[in-house]
Parts: sequence; structure tokens; C-alpha cells
Amino acid sequence: MSSKTKVVQWDPADIKEELLKKYPPKVARKRAKQIMINEATESEAPPEIVANVRTIPGIITMRGCTYAGCKGVIMGPTRDIVNITHGPIGCGFYSWLTRRNQTSAGPDGENYMPYCFSTDMQDQDIIFGGEKKLEAAIQEAYDLFHPKGICIFSTCPVGLIGDDVHAVAKKMREKFGDCNVFAFSCEGYKGVSQSAGHHIANNEVFTHLVGTNDEPRKEEYKINLLGEYNIGGDGFEIDRVLKKCGITNIATFSGNSTYDQFASAQHADLSCVMCHRSINYVADMLETKYGIPWIKVNFIGAEATAKSLRKIGEYFGDKTLIEKIEAVIAEEMPEVEAIAKDVRSRTEGKTAMMFVGGSRAHHYQELFNEMGMKTLSAGYEFGHRDDYEGRRVIPEIKVDADSRNIEEIEVVADEVHYKPRKTPEEIKTLEDAGYQFKHYDGLNPDMDKGTIVVDDLNQYEAEKLVEIMKPDLFCAGIKEKYSIQKLGVPMKQLHSYDSGGPYAGFKGAINFYKEIDRLVGSKVWSYMKAPWQENPELTATFVWE
Amino acid sequence: MLLRHTPTEIKERKSLVVNPAKTCQPIGAMYAALGIKGCLPHSHGSQGCCAYHRSMLTRHYKEPVSAATSSFTEGASVFGGQANLIQAINNIFTVYEPEVIAVHTTCLSETIGDDLKQIVTKATKDGKIPEGKTVFGAPTPSYVGSHVTGFSNMVKAMAQLAEPSSEKNGKVNIIPGWVEPCDMEEIKRLCTMIGVDTTMFPDTSGVLNGPLSGEYKMFPDGGVTIKELKEAGQATGTIALGEWCSADAARWLDSKHKVPCTVLDMPFGLKATDRFIDVLRTVAGVSIPDTISYERGQLVDLISDMHQYFYGKKVAIFGDPDQLISMVEFLRSIDMCPVYVVTGTPGKKFEKRIKELTSDMPYECKVKAKGDMFLMHQWIKNEPVDLLMGNSYGKYIARDEDIPFLRWGFPITDRQGHQYFPTVGYKGGLRLLEKILGLLLDRKDRDSPEETFELVL
Repeated sequence: MSSKTKVVQWDPADIKEELLKKYPPKVARKRAKQIMINEATESEAPPEIVANVRTIPGIITMRGCTYAGCKGVIMGPTRDIVNITHGPIGCGFYSWLTRRNQTSAGPDGENYMPYCFSTDMQDQDIIFGGEKKLEAAIQEAYDLFHPKGICIFSTCPVGLIGDDVHAVAKKMREKFGDCNVFAFSCEGYKGVSQSAGHHIANNEVFTHLVGTNDEPRKEEYKINLLGEYNIGGDGFEIDRVLKKCGITNIATFSGNSTYDQFASAQHADLSCVMCHRSINYVADMLETKYGIPWIKVNFIGAEATAKSLRKIGEYFGDKTLIEKIEAVIAEEMPEVEAIAKDVRSRTEGKTAMMFVGGSRAHHYQELFNEMGMKTLSAGYEFGHRDDYEGRRVIPEIKVDADSRNIEEIEVVADEVHYKPRKTPEEIKTLEDAGYQFKHYDGLNPDMDKGTIVVDDLNQYEAEKLVEIMKPDLFCAGIKEKYSIQKLGVPMKQLHSYDSGGPYAGFKGAINFYKEIDRLVGSKVWSYMKAPWQENPELTATFVWE
Repeated sequence: MLLRHTPTEIKERKSLVVNPAKTCQPIGAMYAALGIKGCLPHSHGSQGCCAYHRSMLTRHYKEPVSAATSSFTEGASVFGGQANLIQAINNIFTVYEPEVIAVHTTCLSETIGDDLKQIVTKATKDGKIPEGKTVFGAPTPSYVGSHVTGFSNMVKAMAQLAEPSSEKNGKVNIIPGWVEPCDMEEIKRLCTMIGVDTTMFPDTSGVLNGPLSGEYKMFPDGGVTIKELKEAGQATGTIALGEWCSADAARWLDSKHKVPCTVLDMPFGLKATDRFIDVLRTVAGVSIPDTISYERGQLVDLISDMHQYFYGKKVAIFGDPDQLISMVEFLRSIDMCPVYVVTGTPGKKFEKRIKELTSDMPYECKVKAKGDMFLMHQWIKNEPVDLLMGNSYGKYIARDEDIPFLRWGFPITDRQGHQYFPTVGYKGGLRLLEKILGLLLDRKDRDSPEETFELVL
């Protein structure tokens, strides 16, 4: 790295042109709308970005599919539900433990996460239909494990041959009586990215599971944490901090989650949304059906964590809680600051790029800021326009054919359980004081002027961006890791964190500082050229003269 | 206990696979296609398959794995994937400039009945394939066979690129099967030592174990060339390593181009390597150089030094048929007892072969093709073993049952370096022995009470 010359003067418009140059004209036109030069100022809105549109065939995309979003991301971290993939073996196999969702079941708790369940469809099932096999598989799973819940996930061929997974699930649910069986039509070809799968998963969980446990909860300051998946133990650290503050987390959707957490989610008094993209609509539904308001939070970054805790404290407005939160922040911060200061002496002024799923490409900028690092370019793998431009654009987003076939569920206030947590007056008082409910400004406003925001980045553009802008660090997923590193640039996975984590909360911030310090400071990046490659004009005889 | 819900009592399951010992066809096809020089593998289906396969291969090989996808959405699934594939071919040649695109299907495109040959013909007619470039494909429905089948299908499709010719070029086709890039390197080294001029396909050496130099090449220098594949029909003979992975391609060359083929076991361990070297000698018509006999002698030497620790030890092993057959033979040759052998890949022949190889054991070997790891774990619970061998997923069983665990096979996602250290040939045998003994003696040290904890073992 040290031997590379930095391009100090680069014009974002030139970079954009360079990225588009090689494409066939039609492709270039489409990509041009998904590559945005962030020129937001305080007085003007940043330009519109096109997002959540189809990936162009043949382009090496970072995206996955609907099944991956549904089974892998949302339902993957629920430990006491038996998740059966209905399809050929591959989909189940690849979503088996690969996302590093951690869970703690205790010595006796149920934990099916280390298991992979599949109907392993064979050609005769494709020809004659797989419903019978699915039914038998559910029965076998029930007989073996007697779980609280069994979920069924449809893969591509299931949708094509028309297996009615929902009917099979219903039949078995009624047959068992003590096991909630429900299904997801999350065939990989639906939608344009894994985002569609999140939506399908969340809808079914909301329909079949949320609110089914009526037993009242007596704890104080009850929240739900939405859009947190406990990758590398993030959820553990957030829970540690919340607990220390005296805040009760009723349900995490869905890191380290259990069947009963979802079933009791209606008892919370506030929903806190981490990953806006994967779950914001559930927060809305919880509010509509049960009267639980929601706020956007971020536990990535020590400052962001403190800010989010204070926001929760302010919502409850209880002096004891607010004081406790301040005490916790005061206790946690010195160690964080000491390490940040040390690390910062080596990371200050370094640059990063980040292309990760939903909110991570936004949240992690807080951590980089704490280390004095600047994000040159960022974007989402499966974001929608509101993730970039904020929720204010939601009414303007045109629903296209690919999104229209993802079910939107209509939710109304629950006749029994709807209970507004705050009176309209209380809400207004908070809002007048600057408190923001149901609010998310998106990625763009937090990025510097002139930075480049790219939706659905692909391998070709990633390589070009790195070549031109030479960042000190690139963050994306496992598929991108080694092609970037071949260029001599360290690459940090931010989907599943390589082997590290947690990076959330206070302890997580410390982990991240150390990790980034190691990555940008490692000697290995100075070994790219052998001595004889750096000074090829020297000859061996020179030494002997 | 990580797999705490696995009961000791074994009940037959007909419909539910739990903890599979196999995965699906396209990933094998993608791995094989990476062994062609200048090739971009292409997954004809929805983009999740491609993402999953790339991710898993990357996690195993710790190298960039580039592959494109037809990115099916609902429309393509209903109206067919032809438009997507033709558009993809055009974009790929314009943006990435590969020499060749190797297309494989998925369960999605197979179910809707897309015909790759017809689509490629149409793309050619439409002028989407530049002069001198190649597009070919293999059907790899995920609901038939396993990843091994997909590998074999893609290798067969490579063989089918061979063009008719009456000339002979004196080379020998080596089809190495699904082994690590370093294994392919090792096989080529042995061939060179003996003096056999080879065409190896696929050849992922140099592709998936390439250097770090500050340069990224989407198409690294390794791999078999299309020219070599086109000339595969002019070879003196074909040596196919592994019945499941390689035989189809070899037999096709034999029947179509009269290239005589020999199907051998993969050269893992002493005896399978012996047979491979002996066939190379016959094919080349040469005497085996002393250097090879020397390497063999070193392996025999190490076996003789170590066999006291191996004798009678029970092993549970899971993986792919070709690798398992040679490894079971190797384990028997060092007096270990493979008591449970499981593959997810179907094939009655496999069970028969393993039974033969283990017929002299003091215990009966339990073997299952089309089995899963859940079943193997249950066997272990009923009667424990001294060593477990298989891919990274085995670590959960190993931890629960407290068994030493040797990672070998695909995928290995939690250890590094396997792309560099071969386990084929005599040299590979040395490494396997060292690893097995290390595990057994580490365990002995760990379990020894202080009074029997000894410096000399």
C-alpha cells in the first residue's frame, strides 16, 4: 500500500464515466441511474438514485436471491424453529450455518441452528409433485424433535411445479395442534434481490407468530429490537448494554431469537429499528396493530450506541432510566475512547469503501468516523430508494412488476391488544422537542459531497473503483473479498465479518478499531512486489563489482 | 451439545434429509469450469444459485471465484430464459472479455426446459459470440445426483469440445476429478517426472491457488486451454481418476474419438498412487524413474514408523465417492478401520466397493450412499470412533462426541492452506499420515494423566 501513489485530485464525474465506459449502451444507460454522485447540500436534496431494480443478466452481481433473504437472513437466526427447505439439496446446504448468526440456547434450550433440514427433491418429485414428500418430511421432523414451530421454505422449482406449501403447512399445523407450521413462498426468482425474501419472511412471521403469547410481561422499559441478526455476536453485546441500562428487550427480529420472543413482541412499548431495509414495515405493522411506536437506532459505533440509548431513554422519559443510561455510557466510554485514540493515530486520514447489504454500508461509517477514516464510496446490495434518500421518498417510489408480486399485508388495529403507548399529546411534546418517530434520513445525507453512491455494485465496477480511488480498505462480502485483496487492498467482510465480531455496542467498537488497525496496518500489503520487480534495471553483476 | 437434538435411537427417514453429505450439481460444474483458461462460468438460473456457489467455493479456496448469472426473475421463469442468456452472453463478452463461457443450468432452468444447445446456436446466429470465442454448456439439474454429478457433467461437456481428427499428438489426457488445485499440480509433477506429456482437464492449478501480487486477473494464467480440449481426441489415451467424477468424460472420448481410456481410483494413499504410476508407465512406455520409487519408499517408511499408532483405530468418514474409495483403501493399508462411511451422492456401486475394501476388517463397516451426516452421527453415538474425517461440517459432531477430527474434502471453511498442500500421490500421503498421527497423539497427550504424560511417544 505504502508504495502506491494516491490520486488526490479525482473528479467524481470522470470516475462515473470510467465505470460506465465499457458497458454496452443499454447497460450503461441503466447503470448510470444507479451510480450517483452525492452532491447533497443543506439547501438542496441529493439527486435521485435508481434502486431495487433487476440485475442485468451476465453482470457479476453481489446479490443473492429471495430464498437467501427469507431462509438465510430472517429465519436463519431463530433457534427453536425447525426450518425445512423444500427443494433440491443445494439451497438448504448453502444456507446452513454460513451467515455466522450466533445463538445461546443455554444447556437445555432448543437449538436447531446447527442442523440443515431439506426435502432433497429428486427428479420424480419435480415430475409428480413434491407435496407428499413435504408432508412426510414435516411429519418426520415433528416425530424426531417435537419443536414449537416448523417453517417451510420454497425454492425455485417448487414454485414452478406448483406445490402448495401453505396448504401442506396448514394441514400439518391442524394435525399436530401443538406445533405451529407455516410456509414461505420465497422462490429464488421472485423480486430482484434478497430484499424480497426479507419481506416474505417478515410478513409470514407477523401473520402466524407475532402476538400469539398473551402472557403479560412485567418488566420495565420494554422494547423490540428490529433488524439485528446477531452476526458474530452483535446481538449479545447489544443485549448486554440494554440489560445494564435496565431496558428489557422482548424480541430481537431475529438475532438469537426464539419462537416465544416473536410470540410476545406485542408486549413491547417501543420498537427500535436497526437495519431499516430488512424490516421497517414490521415496525409499521407493530404500530398499526398494537400501537407500538418505532424509532430508528444504530448500535454500530460507540457514539451511535450512546445516542441510540439516549433516544430510548428520552422516549420513556423516566429520570431513573435516563440517569442509568448516562451512568452506563460514562462507564463504558473511557475504555472505548482510550483505544480509539491509540488506533486513530494510525488510521486517521485513511479511506474506505463499503458495499454491503442494507444498512451496514451506512452504519459502519460511524465507526470509521470515530477512527478518523473517510468513506469515499458506498452503496447497498439490496437497498431501496428510501434507504438512500430517506423515508420521505417512500410515497414517490413507483412499485414495479417485480415488487408487486411480493405480498403486502394489510394490518388494522387489533380489537383486543391495540393500546397506544403514548397519547397524541405526549407524542407531540416529544416531537416538538425534536424527537423523531418513524424517521430515517437514509445513507446519502451522511456521505460527503462528491462521494459516489452506487446501487447493486458489481465485480467490474468494484475493481475499477479500487483501481482509480485506491482506498485503504474495502468492505463487502465473501464473494468480493479475494479479488479486491489481489489488488493489494485489504478487504473486510461486513456481512458476516470474516471471523471477527461483535462490532456492535461499546465492546464491539473496540473490536472493530483493533480489526481495522490490523487490516490497514498489516505488513503483508507491502510485500506485493519482489525486490527484483521493483528495481528491474539492476543486474546481478552490479553486486560483484 | 451443539447437535443436542440428535437421538441415539435410529429411525428410518424417507423424506427428510438432515445435515446432508452432499450439495447440488451446479457448484461442481462451476468448479470444473474454473479449470479452463480464460473461462467465465455462467449460471443459468436465478442469481441466488450463482451467489451461493461463488460464496461456498470462495470460502473453501480463499480465492476470487468469478461467475455470471442469467438473473432470472419471474418473467424469465415463465417465458423461458433464452432472452436472459443471450443478453448475458453479450454483456459478458463486452465487459469481462473471457475466451470462453461455460454455462451450466440450475433446477430452475432445467424445470422450465431451457435448451442450452439451442440457445447457444441462436446466440451464435445473432452474432453475440465474437469470432474465436467459445460458449458451451452442461445440463446440471440440482434434483439429480449431487455436486459430484455436476462436476462430472461439466467435465464431459469439456470432452465434447474435442474435434474429430485422424492425427495423434502423443499426449495423454488426465482427468483428475474434483481435487484441490495443488493436487492437480502434484499430479502434473508426477507425470512430468515420468515423462508423460499431458492435457489435464479441468486444471484449477494456478487459477484457485494463484499468487498475491497486487494485480487482479479475472482470468489467471492456469487452466486447460480450449485448443487443448479441441485436440483431446488426438491423445494417445485418457486416464480418468475417479469413477464418479471423471469416467463419463473419458468413456465419451473413447467411444467418440477412439481414445482408449483407463478409469482409476483417485491417487490418494499408497496403493491407488501405485496403480496410477504404474498405468502412467505403461502409457508412456518408460521405466519409472528412481526419484518416484524414492518418494514411494519414503511413504512406506513413514507408514512403518507410524503404524503402531494406527493399528485397529476406528474411523468415521464422510465425503464424495471417489475420494472416499481411495481414502478407505489407504486407511485399511495403514491398519486403521473405517467403520462408518457415508456419502450423500447416490450410487449402489459405492457401497459395494467400500464393503470389498473393508472386508478384512475385524468389524463390519457401515456404509451408506445417499446418506446424511445425521445418520452417521447416530451411528457414532451408538458406538464411538477414534477419528472423524470429512469437511468442516463434521466439526459439530467432533465437538459433541469429543472425537479428533481431520478436515479433508469439500467444503473446508474453517481452516486455511488446503489449496497449497496436496494430499494426492506419495507426497500427499506423507501429509495425510502426519496430520492423522498429529491428531491421535495430541489426543493422547491431552488425555494422559500427569504420571503417564511422556516426552517420548
